[in-house]
Amino acid sequence: MLFFVQNKYNKGLMPPAWLNWTLVVISLTFLAVFLLLPLVIIFTEAFRQGMTLWWQSISEPEALHALKLTLLTAAVAVPANTIFGLAAAWCLAKFRFFGRNIIITLIDLPFAVSPIIAGMLFVLLFGARGYLRGITDSLDLQIIFAVPGIILATMFITFPFVARELTGLMTQQGSQAEQAALSLGASGWQTFWHITLPDIKWGLLYGIILCNARAMGEFGAVSVVSGHIRGKTNTLPLHAEILYNEYNFSAAFAVASLLAFLALVTLVIKSIAERRKKR
Amino acid sequence: MKYQFKQYNILPGFGLTLGYTVVYLGLLVLLPLAALTLSALQMTWPEFWSAISSQRAIRSFALTFGTSFIAAVINTIFGLLIAWCLSRMSFPGRKIIDAMIDLPFALPTAISGIALTAVYAPNGILGEPLARLGIKVAYTPIGIIIAMILVGLPFVVRTVQPVLAELERELEEAALGLGASNWQTFSKVIFPLVLPSLLTGFTLAFARNLGEYGSVVFIAGNMPMKTEITSLLIVTHLEQYDYAGATALASAMLIISFVLLLTINLLQTWSGRRLK
Amino acid sequence: MKIISIIYSLALIALPFGLVSCEKQSEADSLELLNVSYDPTRELYQDYNKVFAQHWLAKTGQNITINQSHGGAGKQARAVIDGLKADVVTLALAYDIDVIAEKTGLFPANWQSRLPHNSTPYSSTIVFLVRKGNPKEIKDWDDLIKPGIEVITPNPKTSGGARWNYLAAWGYELNRQLGNLDKVNDQLYAQEVEQANEKAQAFVTELFDHVPILDTGARGATNTFVQREIGDVLLAWENEAFLSIKELGTDKLEIVVPSISILAEPSVTVVDNNANNHNALAAAQEYLSFLYSPSAQKLIAKHYYRPALPEHADPEDIERFPQLIMFTIDKVFGSWQQAQKTHFNDGGIFDQIYVKGSNK
Repeated sequence: MLFFVQNKYNKGLMPPAWLNWTLVVISLTFLAVFLLLPLVIIFTEAFRQGMTLWWQSISEPEALHALKLTLLTAAVAVPANTIFGLAAAWCLAKFRFFGRNIIITLIDLPFAVSPIIAGMLFVLLFGARGYLRGITDSLDLQIIFAVPGIILATMFITFPFVARELTGLMTQQGSQAEQAALSLGASGWQTFWHITLPDIKWGLLYGIILCNARAMGEFGAVSVVSGHIRGKTNTLPLHAEILYNEYNFSAAFAVASLLAFLALVTLVIKSIAERRKKR
Repeated sequence: MKYQFKQYNILPGFGLTLGYTVVYLGLLVLLPLAALTLSALQMTWPEFWSAISSQRAIRSFALTFGTSFIAAVINTIFGLLIAWCLSRMSFPGRKIIDAMIDLPFALPTAISGIALTAVYAPNGILGEPLARLGIKVAYTPIGIIIAMILVGLPFVVRTVQPVLAELERELEEAALGLGASNWQTFSKVIFPLVLPSLLTGFTLAFARNLGEYGSVVFIAGNMPMKTEITSLLIVTHLEQYDYAGATALASAMLIISFVLLLTINLLQTWSGRRLK
Repeated sequence: MKIISIIYSLALIALPFGLVSCEKQSEADSLELLNVSYDPTRELYQDYNKVFAQHWLAKTGQNITINQSHGGAGKQARAVIDGLKADVVTLALAYDIDVIAEKTGLFPANWQSRLPHNSTPYSSTIVFLVRKGNPKEIKDWDDLIKPGIEVITPNPKTSGGARWNYLAAWGYELNRQLGNLDKVNDQLYAQEVEQANEKAQAFVTELFDHVPILDTGARGATNTFVQREIGDVLLAWENEAFLSIKELGTDKLEIVVPSISILAEPSVTVVDNNANNHNALAAAQEYLSFLYSPSAQKLIAKHYYRPALPEHADPEDIERFPQLIMFTIDKVFGSWQQAQKTHFNDGGIFDQIYVKGSNK
């Protein structure tokens, strides 16, 4: 048979074949309609005028600068939010305390804030009439319409990913294993490194992947605080929009496909890690 | 009974991690939100009220919350299904699909909006056959829902997937061994364990949908009173230099979202507690 | 142990913020200018910046780099108000520049009188873009409200260009009712003008009944019309219409010129304080006044803008511009401030069109 579906494990719940088939077919149809088709459009548009043009559009100086800025932004935002996520998940998942739900909700909030508003928040803080203008001016810092503003806005937008990904997972796992380790005399760090981390590594990885993807793809908030100066404060998503607005559709989609490839890189790392572990 | 700030727990690191969380949260989230509050406080109450209670604003709230909710529900159902297929079955192309799930995040929202419109517009690949059936997708609330499904899907899949992967299959074995049917094992053993993360995924997708702007404006048609989302209305206020109106709408939106999210989170804690 | 952990975690909190603040922008050696502009001028300024850099090098021996920032006119004006360090602004509406002057005081309120032609080195107008062969036979504004015609325009609330579209339609009906737009400012005809304005409002309301989609920006609307093939006619800037035919195919589209339209005057000015702050005032001023030079005017006509001094442009470029009656916004609507207040602000006529329309 060309197309076959089977259970991955021969243990635990094993639905009958017809059910598996149905489930997979439904999933694939859903994905095809909502995910695959738009992606196909982006990639066909990107390569419509050939590899050479694709390469040209992503290797011109402005695109390269945008790429650099995007990578820099992700390089700051992702580690910062990962460390925060680990700390937050630890105290939220392993402990019950007054105000816990409020903190969880506050962590969710950046998701619900429209990117436009997120950008506006930083304008309210650091803009020409912003509340923190006195401080930044005395330090001679240009936050908004410059690289720091872009990084801050991205950190705000991607803030919840790792924390939320881990909180659910760690809550579900409970803390018996950690308690056992501690009662056997392990230190707090040892417990974390050897007991907690191996258990949550997939969740952590997904969190980082999502955070990274979003950090690189963020458009709305960054577009408010960037100032759109070509070759200076344009990230890849903004560069894609500019190209699109120049009727340069192929180049715009080429840049978008580059972003998709960058996101895939993290996934390749993930599967390499998976394979290593199996050996 | 003595009031307790936190329940007794032998695990270390509570003070440290909580302190870190609160400081970081304060600097990156609360400080900007305080700026929004400060700026909203500069309005008088009637000004604030008239900004958020205009007919257009109320219609846009209804549209935004309605479409976000529907899209999040669809994402939750299909997200669970997809996560199940990806983590419990093997079939050709599984790895590729697994890799693709996150792509909507990496794409600039404007580009996904353009691509979606290309698919669902009356001259698009899917839009054309649908139009012949008399179903208009692009430039209607259905289009908005589709854009939201795309941007929210990774949330559900990626929160449920690790939980399904780490689920102890011994539990299922035990249930099956005790004579439970497949369906009973799923609904009584697996589903309750997945439920907290499913709710998390729903919350995240819902929250993200509420704020989505970039992809929606391309496919929505943006007709006032019909397909105008709140984020667009905020932008509209900004365009006419009406910072106060924009701030009012933004903070109203934020308060409603906060209350909704808090309710869902409380529900989740409650459902988690009931399990034990 | 505990103290060390706390120090560690404080350092971890501080690190990203530290990195953020280290990322200061380096000062360049040669002179730099930032031109904050609106969407459709990209191609024009790309070319003009090269010409100007040569001119400046020849004149002063100094290298100059001009950075460009493009976006919706309102958004761009807001960025300057909020602290984007523009040395010159070249925006779609004088109104947006007025707001910058009023809110920031970075340059005097009488900025418009500092350069010739009301600080408008180039102008344009609003025309119709239709499908090749003009299958719906659209010739003038009143054809747009015929049954079955779908009109594409961006949202006047979010797009500067769309405000011109709306006002052009209004002016057309006003002119048809009055027979002569000079009556608008004549006290003798006050009552007649009032009635005509009511008719114009009815006309515009009906026109927007024919609009199925309101994109947020001009190029979004062009894309809806051309790529998505929605609508029978696109209301567009003349320069945008020419450009989209050039970029998207002469075999698909053609321009229809109405009998009367609005004179769209995108204005330019130096942001004195910003330019002064890095000793670039002279360069910024020269950057704008050189727009009136013969070589710049030629370039302007090439990019489908109507040059302020057509005698300097290539005659064949000028020939492309069709003849039509154009009225100014000041004449028909008093001023941009007034037009904005009456028509586009919250609760203005545009809002009423939609709030009433959906209560039917």
